[in-house]
Amino acid sequence: MATRELICIICPKGCNLKAELDEDGKVLEVTGNTCKRGAEYAENECTNPMRTVTSTMRCSDGTVIPVKTTTPIPKGKIYECMNLINKGVVNLPVHIGDIVIADVFGSNIAVTENRT
Amino acid sequence: MTELVIIGGGPAGMSAALAAYENGVRDILILERDERLGGILQQCIHNGFGLHRFGEELTGPEYAWRYEERVRELGIPFKLNTMVMNITADKEITATNSIDGIFTIQAKAIILAMGCRERSRGALNIAGTRPAGVYSAGTAQKLVNMKGYMPGKNVVILGSGDIGLIMARRMSLEGAKVKAVCELMPYSGGLARNIEQCLNDFNIPLLLSHTVVKVHGKKRVEGVTIAKVDQFGKPIEDTMEFIECDTLLLSVGLIPENEISRSAGIDINRITNGAYVTQSRETSIPGVFACGNVLHVHDLVDYVSEEAEIAGENAALYIKGELKNDIDIPIETDGKVRYTVPQRITAKEDTKIFFRVANVYENATIKVYNGDEIIFKTSKSKVAPGEMQCITLKAQLLQNAEKLRIGLEVF
Repeated sequence: MATRELICIICPKGCNLKAELDEDGKVLEVTGNTCKRGAEYAENECTNPMRTVTSTMRCSDGTVIPVKTTTPIPKGKIYECMNLINKGVVNLPVHIGDIVIADVFGSNIAVTENRT
Repeated sequence: MTELVIIGGGPAGMSAALAAYENGVRDILILERDERLGGILQQCIHNGFGLHRFGEELTGPEYAWRYEERVRELGIPFKLNTMVMNITADKEITATNSIDGIFTIQAKAIILAMGCRERSRGALNIAGTRPAGVYSAGTAQKLVNMKGYMPGKNVVILGSGDIGLIMARRMSLEGAKVKAVCELMPYSGGLARNIEQCLNDFNIPLLLSHTVVKVHGKKRVEGVTIAKVDQFGKPIEDTMEFIECDTLLLSVGLIPENEISRSAGIDINRITNGAYVTQSRETSIPGVFACGNVLHVHDLVDYVSEEAEIAGENAALYIKGELKNDIDIPIETDGKVRYTVPQRITAKEDTKIFFRVANVYENATIKVYNGDEIIFKTSKSKVAPGEMQCITLKAQLLQNAEKLRIGLEVF
């Protein structure tokens, strides 16, 4: 059995979490969390860590616009995701929430700002 | 005459405007010096905003839009690209923009919501040359996130406040190598989650009790010398180490922008660098309110919005002649509590007191005294300067209060 100490990134509280793992890396117990999402985070973090990626993308007029993955993606795919974002071009106009690249590691890239 | 003029169209200004509107004020004008509403949130493209307010994780621009959309729906007037140059104790505002020229507005009430700015290199006395490549973290953030320029490739960051941490991740994502984040204090001023997801995720070392003692390079930064500091913050000579880099980002504190508040004669607190306020966020000039980072620097925009709503509601009461000012209870602090907001209570209502502590303390008991009598206490397993604390004093506790003192006991 192994123990992993984690800091929860779900909210600004930043709880100190402890996850008990068995030999196969399965999470047996999470302690230190003050909400349900904390336990969920610890479990994911030990098995398949996920992150929301935020960045900017070029627009057709040469400016940049902020974008994000609409849901978290596997942590190991962050740089591949950045490559896709950096290759893409956003055709204006766009409205907040518009998806500009679909199907990115189980998520989508959406703009987070309006631009005419 | 304009009933309510709000200086600043960031999260504080917009929340204050909406709260004033909802409390019956219709004659409102927001003055904003940038070309858009939203303030600093526009360049904070990362997520994590709005968990308290909306129960979801928004990016800065998304959070700002929630308020801007409402401001636009309600038709609350705002002037962009407009710089306020002066306000007087009589609430006359002098401002300028390229369309109206220089103009004055007489306001019945004013809400100060100008936000804060970053401490610069000049405030730090770092020795060495003056090459290109030294940026405040927020300037670098604007360059990367709004202008699409990378300020450098090999980066050292001084200061581990949240902006420094966020920029460490941002620069890494855009292909730069962040060699170290140095923090003068033995603890980080940033949120634990940001150390985790901005530094640890990218294997960026956080060097606590370290500072930059020298900048090298003639035209462009060629490196910095860092050193460990002793318990008094003084660099230890034989720990000096050269790090090659082309960019130094400074994330070394924020200063509320109160030049026009000072020239109006508003009393400014030396610790917060913001106005002294009552629980209604009224400053020492009746009818002038302050909220957001111009009042004291907040950790979370959610708290800025909450505070701005208090200012907006009370400005509306002031305009209607209904603002209560029937008592005057000052709030003092002991050394472990650095400051409170508000600093005085002028109405017997349930009152939230926000405060910051001076150091990291474990197993702390927060005690509120009226004279020698303890009227409120609560325990916290850990408090830190980077995390604003909040307690609520019920109206009945204020019944016999004359002078309050907030202290921290550590076991």
